[in-house]
Amino acid sequence: MNKERFVMFVNRIPLNLAIIVLCAIWLLPTLGLFITSFRPQQAVNESGWWMALAATRPGTDEYQTYCGQCHGENYNALPNADLSSPDLIAQYRRSIQLSGTFNREYNGVIHIPEDQHPDAQQTADILDHLRIASGLQESPPRFTFANYKDVLVGYSARGGTYDEVCAADGPSGTRTCDFWTDATAPNAVLRGMINSFIVTVPATFLPIILAGFAAYALSWMDFNGRRVMFAALVGLQIVPLQMVLVPIFRMYTDLGLNGTFLGVWLFHTGFGLPYAIYLIRNFVGRLPADLFESAYLDGANHFTVFRRIVLPLALPAIAALAIFQFLWVWNDLLVALIFLGNNAPVLTYQLSQLVDSLGGGWHRMTAAAFISIAVPLLIFFAFQRFFVRGLLAGSVKG
Amino acid sequence: MRTLMVMRQGRWTPWLYMAPAIIVLVIYVAYPAIRTGLYSFQNNDGTASAAVRCAADQPCWGFLENYRQAFAGQQGQIALRNTAIWLLVMVPGTALFGLLLAVLTDRVRYEALAKAIIFMPMAISFVGAAIIWRFVYNPDPGIGILNALVTALGGESRAWLATDPPGNTLLLTVIGIWIWTGFTMTLLAAALKSIPMEIIEAARVDGANELQLFFRIMLPLLAPTIAVVMTTMTINTLKMFDIVWVMKGIQTDVIATRMVSELYLDRNNGLASAYAIILIVLIIPVTVYNIRRFGVEEAEK
Ligand code: HEC
Repeated sequence: MNKERFVMFVNRIPLNLAIIVLCAIWLLPTLGLFITSFRPQQAVNESGWWMALAATRPGTDEYQTYCGQCHGENYNALPNADLSSPDLIAQYRRSIQLSGTFNREYNGVIHIPEDQHPDAQQTADILDHLRIASGLQESPPRFTFANYKDVLVGYSARGGTYDEVCAADGPSGTRTCDFWTDATAPNAVLRGMINSFIVTVPATFLPIILAGFAAYALSWMDFNGRRVMFAALVGLQIVPLQMVLVPIFRMYTDLGLNGTFLGVWLFHTGFGLPYAIYLIRNFVGRLPADLFESAYLDGANHFTVFRRIVLPLALPAIAALAIFQFLWVWNDLLVALIFLGNNAPVLTYQLSQLVDSLGGGWHRMTAAAFISIAVPLLIFFAFQRFFVRGLLAGSVKG
Repeated sequence: MRTLMVMRQGRWTPWLYMAPAIIVLVIYVAYPAIRTGLYSFQNNDGTASAAVRCAADQPCWGFLENYRQAFAGQQGQIALRNTAIWLLVMVPGTALFGLLLAVLTDRVRYEALAKAIIFMPMAISFVGAAIIWRFVYNPDPGIGILNALVTALGGESRAWLATDPPGNTLLLTVIGIWIWTGFTMTLLAAALKSIPMEIIEAARVDGANELQLFFRIMLPLLAPTIAVVMTTMTINTLKMFDIVWVMKGIQTDVIATRMVSELYLDRNNGLASAYAIILIVLIIPVTVYNIRRFGVEEAEK
């Protein structure tokens, strides 16, 4: 590196630093979610996700705080109560048995004074810690897929994973312990994902098809009031979604459409149309006129031209639009909340419910959240260009 | 609209092509929008004027009673105040960060990567984003990274989302900025790229330093785009629903969430409609300005 380039490099350090810091700030929250979703429950309670790679054992801190001063760092400071001995620890299978010793008297002294008892969760962690220290139990894995499996089947009870509980207790209540049966039950996230697709796919293509026909007429057919029609249709973009919820909710109640997929498809179609017409019209209107001329001279009718020429050529615009609309519907909570709700919970709805109930702990909630954002992220990274384009053109969408 | 009519079509053909779109739009957008306007002057089931909702020995605005309750009611005032806070923070916030990032990333080779990272939250649902940030704000310094940082720096960990209003709303706007900056950055970066290199080179040759370059040359040229960005963000912010809904805190309601609560939880159609109308009355002027601008730019191309 010669001197000049070195000076350049040094001069650019603040710039690079600023960008890297900003990018880190933007990335960290999502990264935290991602990492947490793969950590076992104990690890999540034990340490922050940024410590995921540091070696920790459940209950280390708790042991130090509550037991360490008497039993010692190596568990064997008291000869009559060597906590590193597997024979001794094996007597304590459940944490309740361990906490039973706290009020006992040893040599005339209360084992642990009442106000210094660890709580139930801490005692459980300490027992795990001792079982691992004495070699009765393996340390838990650092990362696991169990959270994903739990949420996919909608298992949210405390303590133990779906697999563990099924192995230990078998089916009970609504839990059949058959993966596919459980995963398609109403509150299972896999079911939510299926519902999300059922909502999203038609709600993406319906408006595009309707808009395609309308846009073709608006750009290549001759009739009175064409401009006014275009302005009116596209102008409806102004209307915010909130503005129509009340009447449509009432209309759906009368028609029995509340809680049906059809109702949601049509609603999204209505709200996707103005922007779709605008975008496709702009694109199709710019196609060269000779194209149409020669096709008409060859005797093609409008429908043939539409199908054979316009649709294939408008594909880039349609792709951008499809991606935009897909993400919009997939990520929507408001419409799903009001018109589907509990009847067919989609992913976003399930997530909002999980937040309210704290959905069986952070390890599972992060997994559920990641499932819901995985699809948009995949689409985003696969079709970044189309996506950005659709979004820029759509910056005026309602 | 330039078109070349080389083929005759029947009188009804264009309407046939447009009919499905028109029917859906009328049923789902045009007609209900008008209905909402009417509902906002009526009682909850639309059977009588809103005046019947007036309570005795209380102020009453007759058929405008829903609006009085929206403006004078405690819930309504909180929603209006919070919407104002959102606007005041989000609009300049996203514009500033977007501008900063557009200008900075323009100068490095890993521009595409940096932009993808900043833009990524746009792809995520607001609900997903809300969960991500609940996690960041978690009161336990062993779970929430914000408290972990605060305690590492010697501070006290706090239950951030339980901050007294309006502090909690400010914390929510951070999420909004995190999401929307990718959008403003992309718009501004596109505008930045369209500034001819010669202008910038010429200024450099004349001895302008980078700061002067930015304030004297780039900023004036970017001004129209900044205006579009800010108006668009105003609309987006006014419609903001999901984040606030999912992060529900003490007195964090904005107009959009207040409206849905009235509709969905309390079945208060009239009041909900009044909120909807307030929202659109705020949105329309901004949209009209925006579309005009858009039209001007299209014409200039
Ligand atoms: C104040 C000191 C002190 C603290 C704190 C303390 N222990 Fe003990 N522990 C003792 C003494 C003393 C004995 C009795 C040893 C003996 O029998 O001579 C004992 C006995 C035990 C035994 C019984 C062994 C047997 O014979 O069955 C267990 C188990 C045990 N402790 C677990 C714990 C755990 C777990 C903690 C932390 C939650 C803890 N102790 C905290 C002092 C303490």
